Amino acid sequence: MSIRLEGINKYFGQFQALKDISLDIPDGQLTGLLGPSGSGKTTLLRIIAGLESAEQGRILFHGEDVTDLHVRDRRVGFVFQHYALFRHMTVAQNIAFGLEVMPKAQRPGAAEIRKQVGELLDMVQLAHLASRYPAQLSGGQKQRIALARALAMKPEILLLDEPFGALDAKVRKDLRRWLRALHDELHFTSVFVTHDQEEALELSDSVVVMSAGKVEQVGGPQALYAQPESRFVFDFLGHVNVLDGQLAQQRMTQGDAWVQLPGMLECSGEAQLYLRPHEVRLQDCPAPHANLPLRIESISLIGAEVRLELAPCGWVAQEPWEVGISHVEFNRWQPQRGDRCYAVPDVGHLFDVQQARPRTLSWVND
Amino acid sequence: MSRVKSSLRIGDQPWVKWSLIGSALTLTLLLLVIPLILIFSQAFADGADSLWANLTDTYTLEAIALTLFVAAMTVPINLVFGVFLAWLVTRFEFPGRKVLITLIDIPFAVSPVVAGLLYLLLYGSNGWLGGWLLDQDIQLMFAWPGIVMVTVFVTCPFVARELIPLMQQQGREEEEAGVVLGASGWQLFRKVTLPNIQWALLYGVVLTNARAVGEFGAVSVVSGNIRGETNTLPLHVELLYQDYNVAGAFTSASLLAGIALLTLLVKSFVEWRQERQRAPVSDQTDSL
Repeated sequence: MSIRLEGINKYFGQFQALKDISLDIPDGQLTGLLGPSGSGKTTLLRIIAGLESAEQGRILFHGEDVTDLHVRDRRVGFVFQHYALFRHMTVAQNIAFGLEVMPKAQRPGAAEIRKQVGELLDMVQLAHLASRYPAQLSGGQKQRIALARALAMKPEILLLDEPFGALDAKVRKDLRRWLRALHDELHFTSVFVTHDQEEALELSDSVVVMSAGKVEQVGGPQALYAQPESRFVFDFLGHVNVLDGQLAQQRMTQGDAWVQLPGMLECSGEAQLYLRPHEVRLQDCPAPHANLPLRIESISLIGAEVRLELAPCGWVAQEPWEVGISHVEFNRWQPQRGDRCYAVPDVGHLFDVQQARPRTLSWVND
Repeated sequence: MSRVKSSLRIGDQPWVKWSLIGSALTLTLLLLVIPLILIFSQAFADGADSLWANLTDTYTLEAIALTLFVAAMTVPINLVFGVFLAWLVTRFEFPGRKVLITLIDIPFAVSPVVAGLLYLLLYGSNGWLGGWLLDQDIQLMFAWPGIVMVTVFVTCPFVARELIPLMQQQGREEEEAGVVLGASGWQLFRKVTLPNIQWALLYGVVLTNARAVGEFGAVSVVSGNIRGETNTLPLHVELLYQDYNVAGAFTSASLLAGIALLTLLVKSFVEWRQERQRAPVSDQTDSL
């Protein structure tokens, strides 16, 4: 079931939580609402569910206006960040709740309810916990029970509010993979809220990046990462190294640092060059087209590549630079903390005062 | 339920601990235990026959009946009112919400005598509403409705005060989960809200009942002390005492003390249940 939002405005007192949000969420996809805390993503999710009402705007499910439909009649599945399991009911009773409260005419018989609960428990692989109480479960188990409870109603729309936010890293990864598999199997329309970029990019078919109550950009994970349309999206999706400087005659300068830009650019004045950690190489002498002296501040060995944190020498950056190098290269080079090195950009993204969107520059094929 | 550690922290003096424990026990004995024992021993002073005679005295029986009647009226009223109020201030945001939470405590802050006088001023035959009510042939003051009214006033914070912190702590997520799953308002209350607050609610009811039975100040102002008609048990104790019927006074007093002890028993049981409900059962052997 597709979801369509038209011109949603939401205020909390004087504060405008959502500013004119219009959004199309296609049928059968897993969509991530990504943004920092306070960006309005949870509010938007609660408005879709009907737990919160918007001052202006319309919500359509499958082309049908549900703006004024009560939450209990919208028949969406909702998974809460802190699970919200009924603490005085067993796991089986929790899952059965949605079926038990149906009007008499539609409610399945007791045997049928028991059968469905059994199937749902099998689906979340927790059949052995049917008679436990929520307090006796681990966080990951609770979240899976919460999901089974939401799915008992066979919703066509599943909404998840920071579903893995309260779990530790290992469980989080497992559950993430499991949710993706479940979604691919059952094909409901899912919307989930997260502040974790990695989670959003890994899990979603499409990501909605939000900031300060507005939609910044919508797109598939690859498209978002490859072509961020604003500084915010750039900053938010992973680490980025920024050179803030003056642009004049194809050259960006700040203190001792400078970069010769490729191609023909007519702009000048203040500009920022954004460089992703994997778009920069490190070497022990400056390159012909760039002089970016850095000092190694810390070395992180865990992961697929070695991550170096670098402080600028003779120029300034608001945040330290981060560059990843392969373990092979690390072992050959053997850098130490405090060593001096030079960053060489291969690809960069230039923001100048005239344009909101960045220009992608490449030094490689020059 | 923390166990007292037998070992002292380095630098702590044993005599500090023992003198604190000693003085606390002495005070408890002097202030609480001895008076309680005295009440019962005085009641039995003239023997069991006299106790029985005092208990079955017509006026005493009528005082008991009125007291139980007032409690039976007050408790349901404040049960509903308390749940309603707690629900209101914990589930909705509205202007004046904070003020309302403060206002709930007025009956605690105000002396019961003042409350009684206020009701007398308002509903008495010379009062603002009382004159009109008298014309309608409705008498509230110096009759049981007045006693119920002031008792309701004095005891109205107990249930709400118990529920508000608990409901604030539990939040509204479970109710939201319930409503998303299609539950109606009544189903939500019965299946989600009530089971979560039942022990706190019972605790509030027990306290309300104890206070309703024992209330003296406010009731004495509006009752008029008509023996056999508007005399509750606490007022009866005072009347008997002023009549120099000490044994009779202590018999009624022991009855009140008995109710108090029973209340404590129920209260401890409810507290124990609440504790058990809140404590997460430490049985998380299964990992994810």
